[in-house]
Amino acid sequence: MIERRLSLGERLTLAIPYLWIAAFFLAPMLLIAKISVSQSVLARPPYEPRFHWRDSLSELWSKAQTLTLDNYRALVGDSLYFDAYVSSLWIAAVATLATLFVAYPFALAMARSPRRWRPFLIGVAAAPFWTSFLIRVYAWIALLKDEGVINNALIALDLISAPIEMFATTGAVIVGIVYSYLPFMLLPIYAALEGQDPSLREAAADLGASPAEIFLRVTLPLSRDGVIAGALLVFIPAVGEFVIPDLLGGSDTLMIGRTLWNDFFANHDWPAASAAAIALVSILLAPLLLWERARLREEEGRR
Amino acid sequence: MSLSFHIARVGTLIAGFVFLYAPIVILAGMSFNASRLVSVWGGFSTKWYAALFDNELLIASAKISLAAALLSATIATFLGLLAAVALARFGAFRSRMLFFGAIHAPLVLPEVVLGLALLSCFVALGIGRGFATLVIGHVTLTMCFTTVALLAALRGCDPALEEAAMDLGATPVQAFALVALPQIAPAMASAFLLAFTLSLDDLVIASFATGPGATTLPMRIYSQVRLGVSPQINAISTLLLGLVALALGGSALAMQAGKRRGL
Repeated sequence: MIERRLSLGERLTLAIPYLWIAAFFLAPMLLIAKISVSQSVLARPPYEPRFHWRDSLSELWSKAQTLTLDNYRALVGDSLYFDAYVSSLWIAAVATLATLFVAYPFALAMARSPRRWRPFLIGVAAAPFWTSFLIRVYAWIALLKDEGVINNALIALDLISAPIEMFATTGAVIVGIVYSYLPFMLLPIYAALEGQDPSLREAAADLGASPAEIFLRVTLPLSRDGVIAGALLVFIPAVGEFVIPDLLGGSDTLMIGRTLWNDFFANHDWPAASAAAIALVSILLAPLLLWERARLREEEGRR
Repeated sequence: MSLSFHIARVGTLIAGFVFLYAPIVILAGMSFNASRLVSVWGGFSTKWYAALFDNELLIASAKISLAAALLSATIATFLGLLAAVALARFGAFRSRMLFFGAIHAPLVLPEVVLGLALLSCFVALGIGRGFATLVIGHVTLTMCFTTVALLAALRGCDPALEEAAMDLGATPVQAFALVALPQIAPAMASAFLLAFTLSLDDLVIASFATGPGATTLPMRIYSQVRLGVSPQINAISTLLLGLVALALGGSALAMQAGKRRGL
């Protein structure tokens, strides 16, 4: 890639958003990394910095050699954080799979609808995405509670005699994730299915494939990119989710977003929370970067 | 296509839309329930809406949320426009990767992490938290979304038109303002709307970035929701849903009008 020098006007244009992002994103993230190697103290701010901005290079070097990675070690040693990671990844994975199973047939039905109906259908399906996330999660409380809409309906229909315990369970969290993140899965899959050439399916049918075979060997493989994009768009935010487990989950539903929040606000253990945040970001970004690199390689291979 | 295929298709569509809309419809219905209980229908009533307009704390938070959303969406659209111009038109410049990565990172970062980082930064710099820090937090969160939306729109317009304007004597700024800007005006409107709704909706960043004097509506709702389902919250939720529906309908009409004029 040939880098070119920017003109003065171009530099000014770039400088404004760049400075904002540097001041309010890059610098705070560096600070989080710095706090994560600091010691927790009872003060305000509740940590004792290891490094100071006035440190000379030799001071920095000597400090770097005695760097405390205790907060990171504690992440692995402390069963609370470790369990929260494992359970967040697990809940997010199950919820992503469930979202896929709900979204795929829905997207397929929309993509196979008459052409003039499609913009309307996709608009109506995406509209809830614009309404308050908090309120959509809150709406599920009234549905899932012991005296909620679903239990009342089932009792009225004599299908059950006592309410099923649905609220404040991990299952409720998964339902909440599926509901809240459905558009993220629906839209990329719909885009992939809508773009498929119908003559490929007709050709398969002409060659004797059954509808199931056409789906498994033509439609599904061709929608792979949409499925991967949708799965990432659901999985990544779901791992760090805070609102859904907090409102719909029980006390035994352990998720990292909630643990981070508690450590930061309730326990005031900023170094531990920062270390957990840095670890979380690394865990989430690594597969994304690997996927992007694989995609670039594949593109190069095709050329 | 066979009849059974059509039945399956329509059935799937109906099931999907029921899943998407039933919770919202039930929520709106309950806001008109005279009874305080979810399980009992006590007749039609608008008393929860009346109670809402007497709730000064809630109204004050709604005003703060609206002001913060308007201001942060404006700043985020402006910053997003500059960032999108840089990414779409400047070619390969030094530190483009860092810029690109930093702009897109908040899209994948859990909000708790961004909130944590912002709060630590404000505390370390000794900045008192309040309305200004709330807006800073929301701009940082939403400008990645506005950048992505405007970048897509800018890539869609033909740079040859701007070049032609410059050949005819326009300065680059004039060419951009008179040729490219009108083309991406609908995208600017939707980017603004997206940033506005994201800011209005946000709970996590606001909780970290704001101070005691500037409690937003989602924060107020959240603190009440944790105590259980309340008809007043149903009422305010219904109002918010109605507001979003109006905004969506309005923007759809505006886009149709734009299409008819050939924009």
